[in-house]
Amino acid sequence: MITVENVSKSFVLHNQGAAEISVMAGASLSVAQGECIALVGASGAGKSTLMRMIYGNYLTQSGRIMVGDLDVVTAAPRQVIQLRRTTLGYVSQFLRVVPRVSTLDVVAEPLMATGSDRASAEAQAKTLLQRLNIPERLWQLSPTTFSGGEQQRVNIARGFAYPYPALLLDEPTASLDPVNRATVLKMIAEAKARGAAIIGIFHDHAARDEICDRQFDVTRFTPGLAA
Amino acid sequence: MTPLLQVEGIAKMYGARIGCTDVSFDLYPGEVMGIVGESGSGKSTLLNCLAGHVQPDAGAVRFDTRAEGLRDTVTMSEPERRMLSRTDWAFVHQHARDGLRMNVSAGGNVGERLMAVNARHYGDIRDKAIDWLGRVEISADRIDDRPTAFSGGMQQRLQIARNLVTGPRLVFMDEPTGGLDVSVQARLLDLLRGLVREMGLSAIIVTHDLAVVRLLADRLMVMKDGHVIESGLTDQVLDDPQHAYTQLLVSSVLQV
Repeated sequence: MITVENVSKSFVLHNQGAAEISVMAGASLSVAQGECIALVGASGAGKSTLMRMIYGNYLTQSGRIMVGDLDVVTAAPRQVIQLRRTTLGYVSQFLRVVPRVSTLDVVAEPLMATGSDRASAEAQAKTLLQRLNIPERLWQLSPTTFSGGEQQRVNIARGFAYPYPALLLDEPTASLDPVNRATVLKMIAEAKARGAAIIGIFHDHAARDEICDRQFDVTRFTPGLAA
Repeated sequence: MTPLLQVEGIAKMYGARIGCTDVSFDLYPGEVMGIVGESGSGKSTLLNCLAGHVQPDAGAVRFDTRAEGLRDTVTMSEPERRMLSRTDWAFVHQHARDGLRMNVSAGGNVGERLMAVNARHYGDIRDKAIDWLGRVEISADRIDDRPTAFSGGMQQRLQIARNLVTGPRLVFMDEPTGGLDVSVQARLLDLLRGLVREMGLSAIIVTHDLAVVRLLADRLMVMKDGHVIESGLTDQVLDDPQHAYTQLLVSSVLQV
């Protein structure tokens, strides 16, 4: 479902003496349907970078990144927008929302964007919020004022609302208590069971060992870091 | 899919100075594109060329008209262009007073757009005006007040109602949240996003506020000295800017 072939990435910092920093070279990776891969490596090794390259918010200098049958590296913006709507989900570490939009609407939005009617989208959103223990009295409020753990759970509810065939998870269990952590792991397992290809970053090693089928060490592809 | 708007090689000179030059892009139905850049970078000039307010010196702006498909709006006749700007296009000005009639009631401001497309039944027009005032969160009992009695944020929402009442397909916005305080901005952003999704609108938004484009725009174009220096997916341009100026712009935003 997701195939990364020989990709490389560097940043050119024009305002800092045009320093060129090569952060990844020659990385290849393949994730099948129903498989969950953990990206591992020290902080700064490029785990999030690789994830962003797959999502398309970082450009890739060379190589191919196939998600379904679209090459994200060369795709036009509107193709990537469509891919993100129906194929590729992303749960980032931080929730980014329009102020004043209710939690319920934030979670229902990915469903509405794919053509669900409001009633069924909201029903699905309610089920997810309930499952993740967001108290009902908060549903009509904007998540911008929630605690870190609550925001993280709203973010996860939003990311899991639509059944994407491919999912990117950046620290999905960070800042969660044991009960909610178990729920999130169960949701990831269910996504795997329905055939989603998942790439995750987990600093929670117990969670990683429980849910992931393989590990992918990005350090091997970090210029200057490889042994 | 046919693009809704196809822009090719637009250029506008002010004497020897460049307003904007060599601008080309396609906008597809349902897409929102942001244009950012410092003041004087040519973004408003470009927007005015696209909306038919300014005659460009070169280039074509093809719009997918309902009757005849793609037509170049630069070369079409003035009456045809005016018809488009009354029906399929809308233009939201930075200063609401540029887009409103200040000495006509709020209801009249909304109704006037309807009458321009041949609505004649007073009751229908008034009902539709009330409906739209509600959508932009202006209470119905203010329908007979003039915009001069409204706050800045209300005026801006009234301008949006006036523009969207005829169900346009393409909305041009020039700094729609400029000059409003942040809580009013948030409300307006929420409103615009909801309308864009529900009505399937396409929009081109000129702004210097990167937070606004991140929340509203799918795609982004960065302008400097009349040239487009970078374009792409909004989060890609903001998270991984390639051009020196874009990097400066993104790194200059104050974190709250």
